[in-house]
Amino acid sequence: METILQAVDLCKVYGNGTAANKFVNLTVRRGEILGLVGENGAGKSTLMKVVYGEEPPSSGTLLLDGKSVRFGSSRDAIAAGIGMVHQHFMLVPSLTLAENLVLGREPRKKSGMYDLNRAVRIAEELSAKYNLRIIPRARVVDVSVSMRQKLEILKTLYRGARILILDEPTSVLTPQETDELFAELKALRDKGQTIIFISHKLGEVFQLCDRVTVMRDGAVIATHDIGDVDRQTISNEMVGREVRLTLDKKAAAPGGTALEVRDLSFVDDFGITMVDRVSFSLRKGEILGVVGVDGNGQSELVRILTGHARTLTGSVRKGGTDLTNASPRKVRKAGMAHVAEDRMTVGTALPASIADNLLADRYSEPAFTGGGFLRRSAIQAEAKGIVQRFDIRCSSPNQAVASLSGGNMQKVVIGREFTAAADVLVVSQPTRGVDIGAIEFIHRTILSMRDEGKAILLVSSDLGEVLSLSDSLIVMHSGKIVAWFPDASAVTDKELGLYMLGLKTQDEIEIRKVLHE
Amino acid sequence: MMEFLASVFGSSNYWFIVVRSTAPILLVTLGAVITEQAGIKNMALEGSMLWAALTGVLASAWTGSPWIGLAAGVAAGVAIALVLGLFALKLDANAVLVGIALNLLSTGGTVFVLFSITGDKGISSSLPSKVLPMVSVPLLRDIPWLGKVLSGQNLIVYLAAAAVVVIHVILNKLTIGRRIRATGENVEAARAAGIDPDRIKFFTLIVSGVLAGLAGCFLSMGYTSNFTSGISAGRGYVANAAQVVAGGTAVGSIFAALIFGVTDALATFLQSRGLPPELIQALPYAVTILGFVVVTLVRDRREAARKLRLFAGRDDR
Repeated sequence: METILQAVDLCKVYGNGTAANKFVNLTVRRGEILGLVGENGAGKSTLMKVVYGEEPPSSGTLLLDGKSVRFGSSRDAIAAGIGMVHQHFMLVPSLTLAENLVLGREPRKKSGMYDLNRAVRIAEELSAKYNLRIIPRARVVDVSVSMRQKLEILKTLYRGARILILDEPTSVLTPQETDELFAELKALRDKGQTIIFISHKLGEVFQLCDRVTVMRDGAVIATHDIGDVDRQTISNEMVGREVRLTLDKKAAAPGGTALEVRDLSFVDDFGITMVDRVSFSLRKGEILGVVGVDGNGQSELVRILTGHARTLTGSVRKGGTDLTNASPRKVRKAGMAHVAEDRMTVGTALPASIADNLLADRYSEPAFTGGGFLRRSAIQAEAKGIVQRFDIRCSSPNQAVASLSGGNMQKVVIGREFTAAADVLVVSQPTRGVDIGAIEFIHRTILSMRDEGKAILLVSSDLGEVLSLSDSLIVMHSGKIVAWFPDASAVTDKELGLYMLGLKTQDEIEIRKVLHE
Repeated sequence: MMEFLASVFGSSNYWFIVVRSTAPILLVTLGAVITEQAGIKNMALEGSMLWAALTGVLASAWTGSPWIGLAAGVAAGVAIALVLGLFALKLDANAVLVGIALNLLSTGGTVFVLFSITGDKGISSSLPSKVLPMVSVPLLRDIPWLGKVLSGQNLIVYLAAAAVVVIHVILNKLTIGRRIRATGENVEAARAAGIDPDRIKFFTLIVSGVLAGLAGCFLSMGYTSNFTSGISAGRGYVANAAQVVAGGTAVGSIFAALIFGVTDALATFLQSRGLPPELIQALPYAVTILGFVVVTLVRDRREAARKLRLFAGRDDR
């Protein structure tokens, strides 16, 4: 089969020095479905952004039909016949499906008026031609996610796409909808379309694709014909060797329940259920790890627990206090601390000083405020103490947080949250983008908090981190808890992977044991 | 009191004033609707009205023509909207803050210009400015009662009614209407479809400038026959609340503007009853805020119910 698209030694280095793509060589054949797999951060999305013209490559070439192309923007890529269905849909909710389909290339009547009837006819014709069933006159907000996705595919076809890129298209679909989509994609392929399917769900890749390319750490590791390879091989290539950090870790001595979480649910603005009746109990002196592929509800769960989002159902209780949909202030007052997943937006106030950030949750206490005025000297002393204890490298506590490196910024967050008067810690992505030295320090600190008897909920995309720190584990998939492991040290990455990818689910009774009732 | 109200609501004179009070607020509300649909808040409607009101008076006094006054006033209204666009869209400043800054500049600036020209800080009565004509509508004027309410209004009142149709057509019948909504609701989707969001936003700003310009000219060349300091009386701000009550539609704007018009006209009548005028004058604004709160609460409730339904629906499947 002939090659339609080829990337040769493609590199993409971002402004901050991150090499997201390292000498990537990719070949896409005309009329095939190529799977592109890899973990989060492996460089799949960056590669596709380059192909789709959203990001210019740092070096290397892109060949389309054997000719070198350079796209200044996605408009150039669209004109060249490349279409992309983003993970987050590019749709206008209050317009109808037909209106969305023709947006930017609208049919007009002779009078110059918008021709809605023709837009609907175009939608009906395309829908019939490609066998992607949509309701042209319905508004996007009123139709299912799977129909929105069909609409996105039709949009690319309306604009003349020959190569279709689908970025994790099944993450928002039910299994039945996924099967339907796959049948439709195969039909498209048989009509001559070329499809690039980005995923980290191996089962789907084997169900759908003709070939598969594996990426890890920004590089292409291997490409296989789907018939010549098994899941084990690919998952080994995807994960590589997980290096577990060795930590001096004593056995946990879990005590009574510190936080009771029952039946939480969250639906996002697009109507997608992100958290689906999640229940668990967090015990004193225990680190409960939350494992899952990014975007399976972990972030939303943390936001509900810490007062940043409202749950539709269920309750959160800490001791005798009801913290369901409580404000962040009330949550903190009740003795919960929160290491936010994004230190730049939620974790710190960047232009404020280190001292102000460290005391942001306690400046109003009598020790630091008297008669409506801040006690500057007490604040300075406290801040200096924390800076020293947490080894925050800075010239003075009055320096702006924005001027610190990522690792030291994170230590400011950790320093504040771990010295708060809290016995429950919700710790999210504690070492994301932090250098090795700081990672070790943060890990040791988390363990010492546990040994003091605090209850810790640990959410991290770094599987090695969760496995080495946690005492017990829950696995989340599509907003649900699909597994509970009472002893984290007895679980292997491979086994976890099956649950994370949704290939396996424990039965209800097993999962309910995490309630410790 | 009840008797008094009954006699007020029954009189064609009252409803004539309602229509007259509604027209300027309707025009600016339409302006707020179209910019909000494109995802930019035009807080400078107040400033556009002030400059239009003053410019209309000055130009009509100098040329002796109310029409040149109207054209100049509308141009002034558009100019303010374009300044907002320049700062908010091209220089990336916060649109609301720029809008408020422009309003403060306009409040002081119009009085400064008025004083420089007339020597009076309060009113332009020393200038021989013109007013726009009243229109007696054939056929309509012959309908009993209704004719007394709807005929014989100022020209701008009829332009306001026409503006509802024009904005409705722009938003619903023309291609650009779909693009305006796409830009306002999901700017990424619009950009991905090859639409230039800034161009769309500029277009809506110009339209809103024209509408605010018409409203401003009406205040100083119809509703009254002078420019007085602060003549817009916060209507540009009210429009941004009324826009929410209007639900982002041209037809809804009539309803939202009527809330203001009905209470504004009522205030005029109540003043004769010896109630404190400050309280009465606050009434239209208080009622608009109330409408805003009610509509927002209802909408939030509905959104929460929708999410719950979607969640429950998923379980059934």
